[in-house]
Amino acid sequence: MEALLTAAFLSSLLTGAIVAGIPLLLAGLGEQMSEKAGVLNIGIEGMMLAGAYLGFLTAWTSSSIWLGFLGGIAGGILVAALMALLCVVLRLNQIVIGIALTLGVEGMTALLHHFQFSRTYPRLPAPDRVDLPFLTDIPVLGPSLFGRHPLVYLALISVLVLAFLYRRTNLGLTLRAAGEKPAALDVAGGHVIAIRSAAVLFTGGMAGLGGAYMANIGAGLFIPYMTGGAGFIGIVLAMLARGRPLWVLAGALIFGAALSLTTALQVAGSNIPTDVIQMLPFAAVMLVLVIWGRRARLPAALGVGYERGAR
Amino acid sequence: MTLPAQTASDMSEAVGLHTVTKRFPGVLAVDGVSLTVRTGEVHVLLGENGAGKSTIVGMLAGLQEPDDGHISVAGTGSRLDSPSASLDAGIATVFQHVMLVPTLTVFENLVLGAPWWRRPHRAQIERRIAELSRDFGLKVQLDAMTGDLSLGEQQQIEIARALLRDARVLILDEATSMLTPSGADELGAQMRRLAERGLAVIFITHKLGEAYRFGDRISVLQQGRMVGDIAPDALARMDEDAAIEEMVRLMFGGSDTSASLYRDRPAPTAAPLLSVERLGTEGGAEMMALKDLSFDLRPGEILGIAGIDGNGQKQLAEALSGQRSATAGRVMFDGADVTRLSVGQRRKLGLRYLTDDRLSEGTIGIFPIAENTVLKDIGAAPFWSGGIERPARIGAHAREVIRHYSVRAPSEFTPIGHLSGGNIQKVLLARELTGEARAVIFNKPTYGLDTRNIAASRRRIREIADKGLAVLLISTELDELIELADRIAVMASGRIRGTVVNDAGAGDLRLRLGRLMVDEGKMADTTGDAA
Amino acid sequence: MSASSELDDAAPAQSPRRSSRWLQRFVLVTLGPILAALVVSGIVLLLFGVDPLEYYGYVVRRGLLSSLGLQQTATRMAPLLFLAAGLIVAFRAGLWNLGVDGQFLLGAVAAAALAPSLVDILPGWAMLVAGFCVAALVGALWSVVPALLRAYQGVNEIITTLMMTFLGVSLANVLVKLVFLDPTTTVPQTRTLPVPDRMPRLFDTTISSGMIWGILAVLAVHLMMTRTAFGLRLRTVGANPHAAAHAGLNVPLLTVAVFAISAGFAGLAGASEVLGVTGNIQADWNPAYGLMVIPLVFLARFHGVGSIILIFLYSTLLIGAESAARRVGVPQDFTLVLVSSLLILLALAEWLDARRSWTES
Repeated sequence: MEALLTAAFLSSLLTGAIVAGIPLLLAGLGEQMSEKAGVLNIGIEGMMLAGAYLGFLTAWTSSSIWLGFLGGIAGGILVAALMALLCVVLRLNQIVIGIALTLGVEGMTALLHHFQFSRTYPRLPAPDRVDLPFLTDIPVLGPSLFGRHPLVYLALISVLVLAFLYRRTNLGLTLRAAGEKPAALDVAGGHVIAIRSAAVLFTGGMAGLGGAYMANIGAGLFIPYMTGGAGFIGIVLAMLARGRPLWVLAGALIFGAALSLTTALQVAGSNIPTDVIQMLPFAAVMLVLVIWGRRARLPAALGVGYERGAR
Repeated sequence: MTLPAQTASDMSEAVGLHTVTKRFPGVLAVDGVSLTVRTGEVHVLLGENGAGKSTIVGMLAGLQEPDDGHISVAGTGSRLDSPSASLDAGIATVFQHVMLVPTLTVFENLVLGAPWWRRPHRAQIERRIAELSRDFGLKVQLDAMTGDLSLGEQQQIEIARALLRDARVLILDEATSMLTPSGADELGAQMRRLAERGLAVIFITHKLGEAYRFGDRISVLQQGRMVGDIAPDALARMDEDAAIEEMVRLMFGGSDTSASLYRDRPAPTAAPLLSVERLGTEGGAEMMALKDLSFDLRPGEILGIAGIDGNGQKQLAEALSGQRSATAGRVMFDGADVTRLSVGQRRKLGLRYLTDDRLSEGTIGIFPIAENTVLKDIGAAPFWSGGIERPARIGAHAREVIRHYSVRAPSEFTPIGHLSGGNIQKVLLARELTGEARAVIFNKPTYGLDTRNIAASRRRIREIADKGLAVLLISTELDELIELADRIAVMASGRIRGTVVNDAGAGDLRLRLGRLMVDEGKMADTTGDAA
Repeated sequence: MSASSELDDAAPAQSPRRSSRWLQRFVLVTLGPILAALVVSGIVLLLFGVDPLEYYGYVVRRGLLSSLGLQQTATRMAPLLFLAAGLIVAFRAGLWNLGVDGQFLLGAVAAAALAPSLVDILPGWAMLVAGFCVAALVGALWSVVPALLRAYQGVNEIITTLMMTFLGVSLANVLVKLVFLDPTTTVPQTRTLPVPDRMPRLFDTTISSGMIWGILAVLAVHLMMTRTAFGLRLRTVGANPHAAAHAGLNVPLLTVAVFAISAGFAGLAGASEVLGVTGNIQADWNPAYGLMVIPLVFLARFHGVGSIILIFLYSTLLIGAESAARRVGVPQDFTLVLVSSLLILLALAEWLDARRSWTES
């Protein structure tokens, strides 16, 4: 076992935690806002995939990874707009529509990829990194933590920004009111439909960005179905974090580390089967739910559409 | 407060309805109503359930828009197409059901509705709340969690919120229904002070005495139409009795339905059927615990449980029916200890519970009437045979219920959620009396019903007791208890504060009950269960 | 978040004189969305330069009108039917069992592990029965934690069943690769049940008899939910847990029962695939039928016969689309687009229907 704790192993584990964790973080932060506002956004998996596809396509055609990220955001928002229209404005069942949108995006992106690239998977050039001076030179930690793409730092900053907005401005309480008792927000002069729609669009943008990160930075290419449940993990992270962005960050890094442990173990030459490792984060979540399940309180109006004047 | 000082003679219009009509599917809720509310006046709206008061409130609050006619604010036509439009026009509403977010603090509820990017100005709000507390006697603790406060305290927050927004029109929709008599008086005094400062207050109530004491002008609605009006000078000339008589005449077209059904009868003397001994239940953040509750209930007797809403009455009913587990004491039924029995087992013994929550607990709105009539007997003969449903039997039973209890419904297949409250109540009563009922717990049986159904329900309760069933009648309406009950126990803070024999003749009964209700525990032991 | 509440108003309790209204509704909320979804998906095909009529025609010819295709379609129905039976119970009882894929896979693994080792010990039918029973048991066991959490702690079952599905897929892989690996072959897979020992085929066809059992399961579940006391208890819990508790029902116990039944059927679905069709499980096998059957059951409004019809149509589409991927050059992923648009249009149609009845009354 001693061989496991080599520098190479730790370095690849940390790198993996970040590479795999950032999309989860972005998705989790996005989903968190929807859930706060009372929308259970099961369509987030589809939003990520749309972001991954459109993000990759934009980056590939424009040769700009930053335009690619914008494309990813746009892809996520596109799906989210449909979700907001159907679930928030028309109050259709959020779970049914969420599943439908995910299935639809899976099918559409696979078709689009097929008709454009057939069986080939073109690769993007390796992204440029930001090497923070001095910090990158720290052994083990340095290259994994400080030699990353700028988007990583933006994602980390967004955690703090969201934490600030939720705590210090009216945003947090407006969202919570929309999720707990939308009628109370409405009669207080707030705009339930607008705030919920905006939250869903924000979720779409974040999820799309996360998907684009997976395609453009994580893999460097687009493969159909490549998000592989990352959106669902985002939902779980948001539910467990109970409204706190920093908890989403912690959860995303733990999940990211577990998901990338397999690669790290291969680097270290271990032969523990990958499937066993992949079970770990989900087993951990179940354990957490068994122990603290009663406290995983969800907003009272989560999943319930709001209609003014309905009794 | 920065309200302009206005003299009592300034009678300019604050808000007006002009031949306003509002239809809902199958209902003409408001029918060509015109109404002018003036600044500096407390304008009382009276009317039965379904008379259109709530719809008028809804239109003024921006929740609904009129189908015909229009609304004017301060003399100019206004379109109140959303709650924020209504707030912008200076109209603030305190709804019948509290419209605060229970999981936010009081402060957060006060600033709710402001643009999301803005940071709330704590100091400024603190200063203004201090002013309001001084000027109007409002009690507001900014950092309390809203859900932990009593309904009365939450109402004070809603009033404070209206004043923070410089409302010129304040609507209070059945604001006193959840308050103690002294709490209602305090609110009335606040209303008077607000009116003196130049606000227009629209006060909706069921209580005619309050209408007289707090109101300047009284308008009466009946079935969506405005049927009468008592102007300030006329009201000032009447004494309370004359005013109430006039209001009753307007509301019910002269027929006096409030005549008491009370009649003397011998107190039942049989051995107790239901005995509660030192019963206790666990409490929680939003749930009052029961402590040390004891009483007996005899066959043929009606024992009333009085008290302000939320003092453990529902928990008592649930503990007796088996829905809530007891942590102390025991419940004896017909000599046997039933404390550990399930809801179904107690029902089979004849102990029945008619819930106050007709819609979300008593019935399943989307199920047809037929299934709802047998919901408490699933799997039992004759409606099921070996676990297989017998739709013909269930249908015949449901038709019998509809006929016998005069339920107004198209057929037994109609989803019960489509019926009115009174008709649902009839179905529920039928369900509780099916089979061998021996004792029935009624929890607020007439809550939300209109006058005709209230009278019918009360007659039924009396008949049930006359047939020899034991009746536990939980109610927040003192009139109802005095009309029906043989003895009245008063609950406060999860305990029984005292029990009095209903000697309706004695005039101070109401006063004695009222004192027990608000009492903080001093009198509990002295009155005890002497009756 | 009750799954059944919005659909029970379609319960079959209408009086006959309303049959013309009923027909109108049927066209609006069932036939209409199906046609509209075919049109919308056809437009998608057009955008990719594929003639939709040719594609649909090919799918129907291949999946429905050819003898081989029809047999494949019928065989494919078996696991989907068992899954539908489980989902009907859960959804009508208001519980979102989104973890059927994990329950399915573990049931399949259990059957695949047990059956080959029993071949020499038990008579054929007893071996199959044992395989099905163990699969149902394992499937049900996999739902115990979400069931208990939901029943006694109030933890949302969507999140827990999803977690258990991720966990179950990985666990199934671990079991296949490490525990039940067939040592006699180099391919990572479980021991293979010989063809003669698998479930009998129907008459002279290749259709697995699992389809018949699946149809029986769906019908039995439908009758149980609509015609028995137990079914009414479950529907009551699903429509309104408060009312159920008030009516004296043991809501937590019924919740656990619903999960056990629902997951048990998912386990049976796995067994029917292994014991009837594949005979073994290969590493990383995960057909993910569950996520596809959920929309179909919704589409059928939790109705048994409706589910059977839709599963038949969907199986036709699957078999036809598998072949069309090779012949017409449209990947199978297209079926996802079709199902997705169908779900959305169905939800929209129900919304329109609700608005229409609102304005009429």
